[in-house]
Amino acid sequence: MISSFLKDIFNRLNQGRWPYLIVIGHILAGSLLVYTQPRSNLAFLVLMTSFLSLYFFRTGLRFKFVAGAILAAVIIPVIGVRNIFYLEVIFQISVFSALALGLNIVVGFAGLLDLGYVAFYAVGAYLWAFFGSQQFYVLHFAPGTQPADLAFLLPGDAFYMFLLVGVIVAGLTGILLGLPVLRLRGDYLAIVTLGFGEVIRVLANNLDKPLNFTNGPQGITPIQRPTMPEFVVDGFNAIFSRVVGHEVTAAAMYNLMFYFFALVVIIVIIFVTRRLDDSKIGRAWTAVREDETAAIAQGIPLVRMKLTAFAVGASFAGVMGVLLAASRTFISPESFSFMQSIGVLSMVILGGAGSIPGVILGAATVTILNLQVLQGFSLYLNELRQSDAVIPIINFAWKDLSTQLDPAKYQRLLFGLILVLMMIFRPAGLIPAARRKREIDREETN
Amino acid sequence: MALLEINKMTKTFGGLKAISDVTFSLEKGRIASIIGPNGAGKTTFFNTLTGIYRPDGGTIQFNGRSLVGLRPDQIAARGIARTFQNIRLFPDMTVIENILVGMHIHFKQSPLQTLLRLPAFKKEEAEAEKKAAELMGYVGLKSVENELAKNLPYGAQRRLEIARALAADPLLLLLDEPAAGMNPQETEDVTRLFRDIKTDLGITILLIEHDMRVVMNISEDICVMDYGEKIAQGAPDEIRSNTRVIEAYLGRGAVAGQHEEKLT
Repeated sequence: MISSFLKDIFNRLNQGRWPYLIVIGHILAGSLLVYTQPRSNLAFLVLMTSFLSLYFFRTGLRFKFVAGAILAAVIIPVIGVRNIFYLEVIFQISVFSALALGLNIVVGFAGLLDLGYVAFYAVGAYLWAFFGSQQFYVLHFAPGTQPADLAFLLPGDAFYMFLLVGVIVAGLTGILLGLPVLRLRGDYLAIVTLGFGEVIRVLANNLDKPLNFTNGPQGITPIQRPTMPEFVVDGFNAIFSRVVGHEVTAAAMYNLMFYFFALVVIIVIIFVTRRLDDSKIGRAWTAVREDETAAIAQGIPLVRMKLTAFAVGASFAGVMGVLLAASRTFISPESFSFMQSIGVLSMVILGGAGSIPGVILGAATVTILNLQVLQGFSLYLNELRQSDAVIPIINFAWKDLSTQLDPAKYQRLLFGLILVLMMIFRPAGLIPAARRKREIDREETN
Repeated sequence: MALLEINKMTKTFGGLKAISDVTFSLEKGRIASIIGPNGAGKTTFFNTLTGIYRPDGGTIQFNGRSLVGLRPDQIAARGIARTFQNIRLFPDMTVIENILVGMHIHFKQSPLQTLLRLPAFKKEEAEAEKKAAELMGYVGLKSVENELAKNLPYGAQRRLEIARALAADPLLLLLDEPAAGMNPQETEDVTRLFRDIKTDLGITILLIEHDMRVVMNISEDICVMDYGEKIAQGAPDEIRSNTRVIEAYLGRGAVAGQHEEKLT
């Protein structure tokens, strides 16, 4: 009843000029809210959901591109430098979107359950962490005993080259891990990938002896960043300083720069994914997912197609790993735990396996949930506790509320609950994958 | 030389001889059937032929080359397409995508062409779509190209499976109980379709079928199996009167009874 009523309203609004007005209104309202109330989580959510109305309302393709570009390349950066926390959230959404898109190829398209996906992310991250830091000269020192004034192995600008190297090395790792594993099916594959994921993490943890490659549990730091050209900072300040309200420092500019890198990487990933999906390779992946026996009877080489999926998915994670190492300037094995793999997997499942917009929405939802909503709620409860407010009717004073009740701690609980409910009521995800409809020219076949 | 020559093919599962020393050959451009009671080893015969199982003994020559030890996808690429006893479509793909997957071995697009969407890629995709639409028309599927395969009615799913197999341009088409579960009208239609496939497209057909109207109607050659062995082979008329065949289907008593009837 309610859902059909809402659908009716949506359909009525989704005609003529209305969509344009709504989308522009939504973006403006969101921007204005965040601009005037830089600390409000709600305002931030309003702005972020404007991406959704941009996606769902029927507007021209060119309008979507322009509006999306303004939103992503102008509004978010300005808001991001005003409140660096938002930029961090958006950066994390971008990183996880890229990871989820990569895993989506393996799980969503080819139907191979991979529980150790962050292994490839770790490979990319440690790759740049090793070559972009002093670690090469620390090889012969136990963690913590190295002299202070070591040189860096490579200049920071080698980072750009390593984005590509990360793609290649992670892709090769994908093939290497995939070769012995991919003859397995279903549950067996899941267990073995889980094992491999842990192996990589344990390696990172213990490869501080006999030669100190990873610096063990302490992690590698500092990792270099590419140099920031002066004119970028000056240029940004010249244009936006009045809107931002203060001069932006080079340090803050770095956050912005990595956000843009992540954005570019995601755009490339979406581009690659869509083109592959709509080709011989993508169809073969889906066929393998749907029915292996039937797929192989059509002449699809099973192992090679699975390896391709593994390699492509891994390479996306690899490039994001390089990006992460540079943006954080610090990498430790903790960032690549099993929970991370599960987190990325749940983004894919929650958003809709096989669906590009779905997976991105899944990544955004989980990240915002993790970072924002519950923590905001915790803060709000704390404020209430310190006030003299009383719940009317039942006469309960907020300050008597147990400090144990901290919503941020229930994150996993809520998260699990959402997953369970999703699987029951919407198993195909928030935005389910749809097959492309083809127009066929039937003139001659009639 | 025959298109398919199988010599003393054997396949065992543990102590069970699912196929023992079967020798069989099929000339190009013919329609042949394999019949036999349930559990006679007919489907195992297909699975061994298409590489899903590896034969324990014997040789398989197809188009002059041996198939033994090849993977199923390599055998498919040599020109053997098949359908399955219990329909195996790609349920969540559209009808036309199912057929395009069937053409997999013929696509020449390189990854670079795919990523950059070069003219060669677009041309190939457009031609493939056109061919797929023609195939849909040929097997009698009309304007359902964007339906998901799982949403098609049963008979249409059978037809789609045949279209997918034809999409590979095979030399030999293996059909595993293609008329199972069909009503008489549908059965008659697919029988006509098989004959058309043979005459129009010149594709050799080997089918497993229980429906004797289909078998006797279109087969030029029938191979009868029982307990993993080939017990008879010949034209429909010969098979119909072969006592070993009747025995296998109806039991020894039936043969004796028939004998007595004749005597009196």
